[in-house]
Amino acid sequence: MHELSIAESILEAVRKELLSHPGARPTRVGLRIGEMAAVDPDSLSFCFEAVLKDTEWQGLQLDIRICPQRRICNACGNEFAVVDYNIICPACAGSNSTPGSGDELDFDYLEVETDGTLAPEVKGAE
Amino acid sequence: MERLPLKSKVLNENQIIAESLRGRYREHGLLCLNLISGPGSGKTALLERTLASFDPATRVCVLTGDIQTDNDARRLARYGFPVQQITTGGTCHLDGRMIERHLAAWNLEDIDLLFIENVGNLVCPSSYDLGEAAKVVLLSVTEGDDKPLKYPSIFFKSDLFVLTKVDLLPYVPFSAETAEANARLVHPGIEIVRASATTDGGLDAWLAWLSRRMAQARQEAPTADIV
Repeated sequence: MHELSIAESILEAVRKELLSHPGARPTRVGLRIGEMAAVDPDSLSFCFEAVLKDTEWQGLQLDIRICPQRRICNACGNEFAVVDYNIICPACAGSNSTPGSGDELDFDYLEVETDGTLAPEVKGAE
Repeated sequence: MERLPLKSKVLNENQIIAESLRGRYREHGLLCLNLISGPGSGKTALLERTLASFDPATRVCVLTGDIQTDNDARRLARYGFPVQQITTGGTCHLDGRMIERHLAAWNLEDIDLLFIENVGNLVCPSSYDLGEAAKVVLLSVTEGDDKPLKYPSIFFKSDLFVLTKVDLLPYVPFSAETAEANARLVHPGIEIVRASATTDGGLDAWLAWLSRRMAQARQEAPTADIV
């Protein structure tokens, strides 16, 4: 159950990011989680809702994108997603490859609503 | 509405501490290993046999993590090397800050090998980098040979898989070959050692792996050329 500590880390990062965007209200936070990251998306969403309850951001949505394991073929350089642990390169059928991504636990984006009167430069940019 | 790109890792705070620890280990040519397994797979028993086999002059230290009790630290301290218990009080894994805090009691210059025995848990510890050179996953033959498929993350992230309690193989419906094939499916490059802390079978292969990685850590130290 390390998802609770992870949920707290997410809130902490949102808080930090908002320091440089005064007046912005967070609506959605995007994460990229590798299938080898040992993080359960359902459990994380549950914990995230729980930690949100003590904040002013109730309703802040968590958007989790699961990323498959990827490898890079040593023969042809093709980067491919590993499906069912099949590590044969789909381009050249080579069996030698190097691990790429797959265990990431990264932020992707933070969606915020801004009040035009508070941050007119942001509204103008859209 | 505006979408702000966020580039950092979710566990960025831990990552910063882990990188700082890694830098300190490297500076001293110290090999740090993070031992991970489910409860009862034999991490402490393997460490006991390992410490018992070492020359008393070996500069080895152990940090051992548990939710409660200092039983493991007391078991390991019998071999005469510095040992500290990290009691997490409920947390299911060790994190970088716990390691940093406990290392303050030791001078890294005096250490060549640091074992971190993580909390018994096959899932959560794999998410927290402790600055180690390698994770080592243990699985005992009294568990299931499909565990590498059920808990792929830790096998994916470990450099070495130690199959423990192999002296019990004749008595349990466990196929070492299947377990090893499953581990290689998840992590094709994983190294594998079969060991028994009861008979010391396979201990030589584990010790050979250790001394190879210690030599590698020494070579990677910035002062390696001068020495």
